[in-house]
Amino acid sequence: MKSAAKKIYIALIVLFLYAPIGTLMVLSFNESKTRAKWGGFTFKWYVSLFQNEEILRALFNTLLIALFSSLAATVIGTVACIAMMAMKHRTKSVIMGITNIPMLNADIVTGISLMLLYISLGIKFGFGTILLSHITFNIPYVILSVMPRMRQLNHSTYEAALDLGASPLNAFFKVMFPDLLPGILSGFLMAFTMSLDDFIITHFTKGVGVDTLSTKIYTEIKKGIKPEMYALSALIFMTVLLLLVLINLTPDKQEKDRNKKEKS
Amino acid sequence: MKRKHTYRINPIVVLFFLLTTLSLTGCTSSDKGSNGQVIVYNWGEYIDPDTIRMFEEESGIKVIYDEFETNESMYPKVESGAVAYDIACPSDYMISRMIQNGMLSEINYDKMPNARENIGAQYYEQSRGFDPENKYAIPYCWGTVGILYNKTMVDEPITSWAQLWDEKYADDILMQDSVRDSFMVAEKLNGFSMNTLDPTQLETAKDALIRQKPLVQAYVVDQVRDKMIGGEAAIGVIYSGEAIYTQRENPDLVYVIPEEGTNVWIDSWVILKNAPNKENAEKFIDFMCRADIAVKNFDYITYSTPNVAARELIEDEEIKNSAIAFPDLSQYDNLETYVYLGEEGDSFYNELWKEVKSY
Repeated sequence: MKSAAKKIYIALIVLFLYAPIGTLMVLSFNESKTRAKWGGFTFKWYVSLFQNEEILRALFNTLLIALFSSLAATVIGTVACIAMMAMKHRTKSVIMGITNIPMLNADIVTGISLMLLYISLGIKFGFGTILLSHITFNIPYVILSVMPRMRQLNHSTYEAALDLGASPLNAFFKVMFPDLLPGILSGFLMAFTMSLDDFIITHFTKGVGVDTLSTKIYTEIKKGIKPEMYALSALIFMTVLLLLVLINLTPDKQEKDRNKKEKS
Repeated sequence: MKRKHTYRINPIVVLFFLLTTLSLTGCTSSDKGSNGQVIVYNWGEYIDPDTIRMFEEESGIKVIYDEFETNESMYPKVESGAVAYDIACPSDYMISRMIQNGMLSEINYDKMPNARENIGAQYYEQSRGFDPENKYAIPYCWGTVGILYNKTMVDEPITSWAQLWDEKYADDILMQDSVRDSFMVAEKLNGFSMNTLDPTQLETAKDALIRQKPLVQAYVVDQVRDKMIGGEAAIGVIYSGEAIYTQRENPDLVYVIPEEGTNVWIDSWVILKNAPNKENAEKFIDFMCRADIAVKNFDYITYSTPNVAARELIEDEEIKNSAIAFPDLSQYDNLETYVYLGEEGDSFYNELWKEVKSY
């Protein structure tokens, strides 16, 4: 009885989480353009998706901005963490507070203030301004996920490396970096998804003729969202799902290998 | 003994990373065509992308194309001057606002023969509501607002706004979720102008909307299409541009322009006052008014075109002579077009609409 209730509960949660995505995926195969009618099964939206230059360009922009902005934010954020570790406790907490504020700030405030800043500096709006903005709002997320790792670090190993004659840079990459890597990676992934998701900040800082997926979908409001977007969203969801499955499978395998080695 | 340690990082490395990120952000050069460029700001999905390509090939002018979602989001972007647009395509009342604020530049019809010849005289005349001397706007798309009803769900033909107040159809009525469109219905019902600022008339309109509220199934924007196609409601207020599409999906649907009159909306090309590429802008608009190009855009957008020459080229006889897409405007009385009501007028309407919505 109790376990049946548990199962129903889990099923409900999964249903609520995935029913919207499921609906979208079903609609992406709908021959008819309207959601109100099932016109038969078709792949035509997938075909026309890959012929639609505007959507593909928006997708390309989105991925490019997500990749570059998260890479840059990861580098800047990690370097900032290293600097913060060397600070006095008080300064460190002040700086941590400052970097946390933009995360709590509403996106629309960040977006509008960035727009005003660019206008007052006379920067031309375009791909560059979107990238800069994304780097800006990504940095705090990287710091947030690298900082705890930094605290756990054993400082003596770094000193030992220096004592043994390694240059500071060498010592960082050989000794500290491997320990920080999980934090850096999760910071990178977080920044990547944040950038992928963003609409409001992009909306305010984008230039003429540059669109990301989210702003592109938004402009379709007047005439109704086209089913090609359903197809694209379905594809992106499947890609992410596949990646997640792959990522979750590999550590298991490594663990097993290690277990085997230990046994033998 | 505890010793504080600083982790020294080679400044050159930091500099390198910073430089690479900066150089990445720097690569935003926009290559111009051999004859310069033109920056166009239009509604999303409001042009056939092929026509832009054809224009670029024929003229050697590079088109930088940007899209907006609503008149209200377009206006501040143009006004802020962050981007110097050449051309925009706002709706009637927004054009009158831009004229009032001196944001538009006058049209030189000598440079745009297609615009002068091909656009029907009645559309220029209708435009005078917001552009009194036809000095600024060249009509691009237009339509009416009317009632779409499902003939299997009603037992009489719908001909009047008054039927949206009939208790028979309680919970089967869809209204537009926008101030002006909702008040337009109530104002026309009472025989007022839809641009009225008379407080007693507006109170009457507000009371009518409040009386209607219990009968309304939902105030919707673009869900009207899907809901009507799916038979979820019997009567809905809808833009004529959507009517043909919904009829194709569900043949039981009928579109009528109510006898009390309605709103004729017109989205028009305008050239902005400080357009950096004015000559190219004129060429672009004139190209879009060419009959073969306009008919391509009509096929893509499916909203009525004011281009008479283009209408002649429509192959599907049924659409060419459709009373929905091309109603004869002279047959109706009380057709009006929105004008800008000024900041005070706008906030007065919004205030009343809030009262309706929260009643």
